[in-house]
Amino acid sequence: MANGTTADGMIKEQAGDHTDRPKGWRRYVYSTNHKDIGTMYLIFAIIGGLVGGSISILMRMELQAPGDGILGGDYEFYNVLVTAHGLIMVFFMIMPALIGGFGNWFVPLMIGAPDMAFPRMNNISFWLLPFSISLLVLSLFVEGAPGSTGVGAGWTVYPPLSTTGQPGPAMDLAIFALHIAGISSILGAINFITTIFNMRAPGMSMHKMPLFVWSVLVTAFLLVITLPVLAGAITMLLTDRNFGTSFFDPAGAGDPILYQHLFWFFGHPEVYILILPAFGIVSQVVATFSKKPVFGYLGMAYAMVTIGGVGSIVWAHHMFTVGFSPNTQAYFSAATMVIAVPTGIKIFSWIATMWGGSITFKTPMLWALGFIFLFTVGGVTGVMMASAGVDQAYHDTYFIVAHFHYVLSLGAVFGIFAGWYYWFAKISGVNYSEFIGKLHFWVTFIGVNLLFFPQHFVGLAGMPRRYADYPDAFAGWNFVSSIGGYISGVGVLIFLFGILHAFARGEKAADNVWGEGATSLEWTLPSPPPFHQFDKLPQIK
Amino acid sequence: MGLKWDLGMGLKMNKITHTLRLLCHTLYCKYRPLSFMRAGALTFILTGAALLAPIHAVMFGSAHAAQPVPWQLDLQPAATPLMEQTASLHAFLLYLAFAISFFVLLLLAYVMIKFNAKANPVPSKTSHNTPLEIIWTLIPVLILIVVSVPSFSLLYAQKTLPPIDMTIKATGYQWYWGYEYPDHDNIAFDALMLFDDELAEGQPRLLTTDNAVVVPVNTNVRVIVTAADVIHNWAMPAFGIKMDAVPGRLNETWFRAEKTGTYYGQCSELCGTRHAFMPIMVKVVTKEEFAIWVEQAKEEFLAHHLDDSDEEKSAHHSDTEKSAHHLDADKKGV
Repeated sequence: MANGTTADGMIKEQAGDHTDRPKGWRRYVYSTNHKDIGTMYLIFAIIGGLVGGSISILMRMELQAPGDGILGGDYEFYNVLVTAHGLIMVFFMIMPALIGGFGNWFVPLMIGAPDMAFPRMNNISFWLLPFSISLLVLSLFVEGAPGSTGVGAGWTVYPPLSTTGQPGPAMDLAIFALHIAGISSILGAINFITTIFNMRAPGMSMHKMPLFVWSVLVTAFLLVITLPVLAGAITMLLTDRNFGTSFFDPAGAGDPILYQHLFWFFGHPEVYILILPAFGIVSQVVATFSKKPVFGYLGMAYAMVTIGGVGSIVWAHHMFTVGFSPNTQAYFSAATMVIAVPTGIKIFSWIATMWGGSITFKTPMLWALGFIFLFTVGGVTGVMMASAGVDQAYHDTYFIVAHFHYVLSLGAVFGIFAGWYYWFAKISGVNYSEFIGKLHFWVTFIGVNLLFFPQHFVGLAGMPRRYADYPDAFAGWNFVSSIGGYISGVGVLIFLFGILHAFARGEKAADNVWGEGATSLEWTLPSPPPFHQFDKLPQIK
Repeated sequence: MGLKWDLGMGLKMNKITHTLRLLCHTLYCKYRPLSFMRAGALTFILTGAALLAPIHAVMFGSAHAAQPVPWQLDLQPAATPLMEQTASLHAFLLYLAFAISFFVLLLLAYVMIKFNAKANPVPSKTSHNTPLEIIWTLIPVLILIVVSVPSFSLLYAQKTLPPIDMTIKATGYQWYWGYEYPDHDNIAFDALMLFDDELAEGQPRLLTTDNAVVVPVNTNVRVIVTAADVIHNWAMPAFGIKMDAVPGRLNETWFRAEKTGTYYGQCSELCGTRHAFMPIMVKVVTKEEFAIWVEQAKEEFLAHHLDDSDEEKSAHHSDTEKSAHHLDADKKGV
C-alpha cells in the first residue's frame, strides 16, 4: 500500500519493513496484517451478502403470489433456501463484516496499537471461514431430507427434524460448517479481548476507548461465552445422528427441548453479537457528524455491557410455546423486558448527542439516522413479544420475521453500511461518490420498509413463518413485500456500482475526510494507513 | 370475560389488571376501525397498494370472520375469552409501540431541523446531564412495570386450566394431524389438507382439511398436544392458542369457544417438506349438534374397532393409509 506520502515513507524507513513484506498472493494467504485481514473479511462478507441476498430474492419470487411459483412446487428446496439464507447472513455476512472486517481494521487503529495481539491467529480466524462456507455450499448438493438435497431444518436445526427428519449427510456437513465458523469466531474473539486489554496506547484507558472498541469488546466476550455451548449442542446432534446417542431423542430418554435451550443459550446472545458492533459504529458516526462528543459516554459503554449480560439470560423467550410452566415464562418475560432499558438509554443518548450539534447529512449519517429509527421500531415490537402471553399470538408468525428483520436487516445491516461509508475512504484511500451513496441509502430505505413492514400485517393475521405457500388471503401484502425485496435488490446493485465508481474515479482521500467531528485515532493516519502503523505509540492525553 | 381464574397473584392485582384490561379493550373496540396500525401503514408504505388497502380492510367490524381476509392488518377476531384478553393486551402494546416510535421519530425530526449545520453552525460541547440520564432510565422502567401487570395476568390466565368439560388429543405427523376424543369412546381420525382440486365452493385453499375437529360451543375443552415424528405446533389464531407438539411430551392447553363457526389454523413449527400443508380446522357447533356429530363419528371412525379391538393397531392402520396418500401427494407436489 505504498502511497507516497512522507509519513508512510518515514514509518517504513523506521521499521525497515519494506523487505519482509510478502508480495502477491502470499500477502493475503500468509497475512498477519490486521488491515489486510480486515479487507479480506469485508470482501468475504460482501460475497456472503450477495449469496444470502440472492437467496432472499428467490424466496420473495416464490412468495410473490400464492400457489407454486418459481420453485415449481419443490417445497423442501424452499426450506433449504430459508436455512441457507439464515446461516449465510448470520455467519458469513454480518459477523465477518462487523467483527472480522471493521473490528480488525479499526480496533487496533482506534486504541493506538500496531496490530492485533495474535497476528497469526488472526490469519487462521479468517481462513477458516472459506472452508466453513465451502462445507455449507457442499451440503446443498448432497441428500438432506429423504429424496432431496440440502439442509431444510432452518438455521436453528431443531431435532428431531435435524436428526431423524434429515437423515442424509447434508446435515452433517452443515454441522461441521458451524463448528468451523464457531472456531473461527472464538479465535477472533480471544484476539480482540487480548488486544483491547493489553495493547492500548499509553494514556488510552478503558474509559477513553471509542465506543466502537467497547462494542467489539462486549461482543467478543459474548462469543467466547456462548459459542462453546453451540459447539456442544451441535456435537450432540452429530452423535445422535451418527453414533446412536440419544441426547435429544425421547425414545432414549433424551429431550428435544434440551437442544432448544442449548441452541438459544447461544442463539440469543448471538443476535446481540450481530447488533452491538453496529451500535458502536452508529455512536462513532453520530458523534462525528454532529461535531460533538458522544453524550453520556459511560452510560453508553455500560449500557452495552448490560445488554450483553442481560441478553445472555433471556434465551427461552424463543421457546414460549414449548409448554413451560407459567413461572418460567414469567421470568423470561420480565428479564427480556429489562433489555429495553439499556437499549432506551442508547437511543436517547444518540439523540442527545445530536442535540445542540451541528449536523451534516453525509451518507454515513443517513444510514445512522435510519438505523436509530428503524431499530426503535424493531425494538418496540420486541417488547410486545417479550410478553409471553400475547406472544402466543405472535410466535412463529411473520410478525416475528418482521421484528427480527427490523433489528437485523434494517438494524445491523444499516450499521454495516454506515460503517462502510464512514470508513470507505480510510480503508481504500479513495473517496466514494456522495450522490451514489445517498441514492443507495434512499433506495434501500424504501425497499426494506416496503419489504418488511407489511410482514407485520400478515403475521398478525396469522401467516406462519417458513411457509413455501400461503392461504390466498395473505396474497396482497406478500406481493407488496416482494416488490420491496426487488427494490432492495436494486439498492445492492447501486452499492456495488458505487464501489466500482469510487475506484475508477480514484479521487485521493484526505487523512481526515470528515473534519473536526472525527476525533478517533484512525483519522490521524494517512488514508489508507501505512502497512504498519504506530511504530511510535501515540500518547493519549 | 366471565371466567374466574384461580391465580396465585392475589385478588387486588387481579382487580387492577381487570380494570386495565377492560379499559384497553374498550379503547381497542372503540378506536379499532381507525387503528394507528392503519395510520402507520399509510405513513410507511407510500404505494398505491397500501393506500387502497384500508378500503378493503372492512373486516374489522365483523366478529364472525374466522379466517384471515385479504389486506388484513391486525389479529383475527377473537372466538374465546382468552383471545379477547390477548387481543386487548396486544392493542395496548401496539399503542405503546406506536407512541414510543412516534416519540423517537419526533425527536429525530426536531434535532435534524433545529441542529443541522445551517441552523446551528457552532456545536455545543455538552456531553453529560445526569438528571436527564436518570430520567430516561427510570421512565422506561416505569413503562415496563405497567406493561408487566396485564402481561402476567394474561400469562397466568392461559396457564391456569378451568374445570375441564372434555378433552381432545392432537398428534402431529409429517404432514397431517391425528385427533382422539378420549371422553367420547375414543373417537379417532386423521385430518389431511384438501388439495386444490378437492375443494368445494367457498372452502379456503391450504386451510381446509378432510375431517374437521368438532367441538361444542361454550365448553371448556382441553387439548393434549403431542407429535409422533418431529416437532409440530397446534395453532389456532382465533382461540389465542399455540402449543408445540413435541415427540415424547404431552403438552396441554385449553379453549372455550363462545361463537359457533369454522376456525382455521396452521402448523406453526417447521416440520419438513410439507410444513405449510397440514392445516388445523375446528368446527364449533351447538351442544345438540355436537351430540349428533359424536354419534355419527362413532359410526364413521370406529369402524375399525368392530373387527379389531386393538386401538393401536387400528390407529396404525389408518396411519399407513395416510402415509400412502401423502406419498402420492409428494410425488404430485414435488
